[in-house]
Amino acid sequence: MPRRGPWFVLLPLALLFLWHAAVTRQWVAPGIIPAPSQVAESWYRWIFGAAGTSLSPYSGTWLANVLYSSRRVLQGFLIAAALGIPLGLFIGWNRLVSNLVDPSIQLLRPVPITAWLPFSIAVFGIYDTGALFLIGLGAFYPIVVNTTHGVRDTNLLLLRAARMLGASETTILGKVVFPSALPSIFTGLRLGIGVAWTAVIVAEMIAVKSGLGYVLWDAYYVGRMDICVATMCSVGMLGFLSDRLIHGASRILLRWRALEAHG
Amino acid sequence: MAEARGPSIQLRDVWKDFVKRGRRVEALQAIEVAVEVNEFAALLGPSGCGKSTLLNMVAGFDRPTRGEVLVNGVRVERPDPSRAVVFQEPALFPWYTVLDNITFGPKTRGLRPAAYQPRVDALLEQVGLEGFESHYPAELSGGMKQRVGIARVLVMEPQVLLMDEPFGSLDAQTRLVMQELLLSVWERHHQTVLFVTHDVEEALLLADSVSVMTARPGRIKKRISVELPRPRALELTTSAAFNDLKREVLSLIREESRRAAAQSGG
Ligand SMILES: Nc1ncnc2c1ncn2[C@@H]1O[C@H](COP(=O)(O)OP(=O)(O)O)[C@@H](O)[C@H]1O
Ligand SMILES: [Mg+2]
Repeated sequence: MPRRGPWFVLLPLALLFLWHAAVTRQWVAPGIIPAPSQVAESWYRWIFGAAGTSLSPYSGTWLANVLYSSRRVLQGFLIAAALGIPLGLFIGWNRLVSNLVDPSIQLLRPVPITAWLPFSIAVFGIYDTGALFLIGLGAFYPIVVNTTHGVRDTNLLLLRAARMLGASETTILGKVVFPSALPSIFTGLRLGIGVAWTAVIVAEMIAVKSGLGYVLWDAYYVGRMDICVATMCSVGMLGFLSDRLIHGASRILLRWRALEAHG
Repeated sequence: MAEARGPSIQLRDVWKDFVKRGRRVEALQAIEVAVEVNEFAALLGPSGCGKSTLLNMVAGFDRPTRGEVLVNGVRVERPDPSRAVVFQEPALFPWYTVLDNITFGPKTRGLRPAAYQPRVDALLEQVGLEGFESHYPAELSGGMKQRVGIARVLVMEPQVLLMDEPFGSLDAQTRLVMQELLLSVWERHHQTVLFVTHDVEEALLLADSVSVMTARPGRIKKRISVELPRPRALELTTSAAFNDLKREVLSLIREESRRAAAQSGG
């Protein structure tokens, strides 16, 4: 990647300034959208708490809510990966499994996770399980679909090479098909973590009473738009961070591929 | 192989059709091939005449429509490490280093490093890959990749070596180097080799016999014995005996292409 220099900060700064101007010059109706400085101040108090005693329910609760949401995302995502990757491998590799399972997945996949919400609450109640179900389900689809694609794209020549070297089907699946599908699997994981953050916010807004999604909805209800915006920024940062983490892992595991691109 | 009686590779009246979008394509017709034990046999023909198809059936990647393919008297059913293949595309595992590519076969068979390491070291030296053990395929030139492709099958000590235009995608200079390398390696190991090529000089330089194929549908037009002294080197290609053989093969090819042109014209 070419060095970009400090230019990439220009557009965010311009947008921030525009936002500031829109509020202070009252281009928008006053009292609806908070100024950037106000958001920053509220966010700071939300994270570190207020000096002295404060009556604000948001004082110092940021980290706890971040941890609630992150844990849910991580758990749901891990469940989705643990189910989606092996299943995708088998669907891509075995005609029988493909005929048996793939149609059902393709049929269920268009149902948005938001549409599953009432079902999830009815079955799991207002507990963590319901949130994990939604997150896991949402992340599962891109993971399983991309894994399947990756497996089906395996170069026939490499399969033949492995067979003539005496590899069993299990060895081929582990040492040829899996590494060959790994780039595609990582694509699925990155899409999956994105869906997981969407799902956790939706689930927390409605189905459970903690986490950033809960704060978002609650703050909206009591008219604290500054906290709403701070929550949006927090979720955005966490989503970005988790995506970078997966990307970093793929860079390490797919080192051979980086060589290919530059060679 | 002491127990082997008769030819090492034998194709008896082999026919092969492909069905492509509902249409039948005849790739091979009435193929009779016999390669003796330790013979270096070349299969020479224009592209699309069915050379790869024939080789794939000996490898066990594909089955004949009719007839039978025998290796050491046993009918070929599936790929097996005793029938090693070197492909035109190197077909190395890009996520493994050179060393891991070469030890893929022995490891897969559950051999201990002590059992194969001496052979690996000797092969790395023979094919000139010393110092490249920890490189990934993407870091190697085309010629180096093919060396890995050759080393990873020789380490299995196969009875039969099948090579499908292994130097076809290399530049002319590298190809010459690789031909000499293959000659020197073959002098040590003396496997039965079936070598597919469309290059007349390559076939004559390397092989004990050259079977010239017709254009599609592929048949064996003629088998020519190449009785040139071994060990051979590139200089052989300038000798009178070599050029006599080359003239013979070229006239066969000319005759065949005239026949094919007359057929498609009329
Ligand atoms: N899997 C296949 N399906 C359909 N046709 C094929 C297949 N493989 C080869 N053919 C056809 O058979 C003929 C011979 O192909 P091939 O053996 O690859 O030729 P060569 O290796 O001599 O260039 C070609 O016309 C090719 O299109
Ligand atoms: Mg071919």
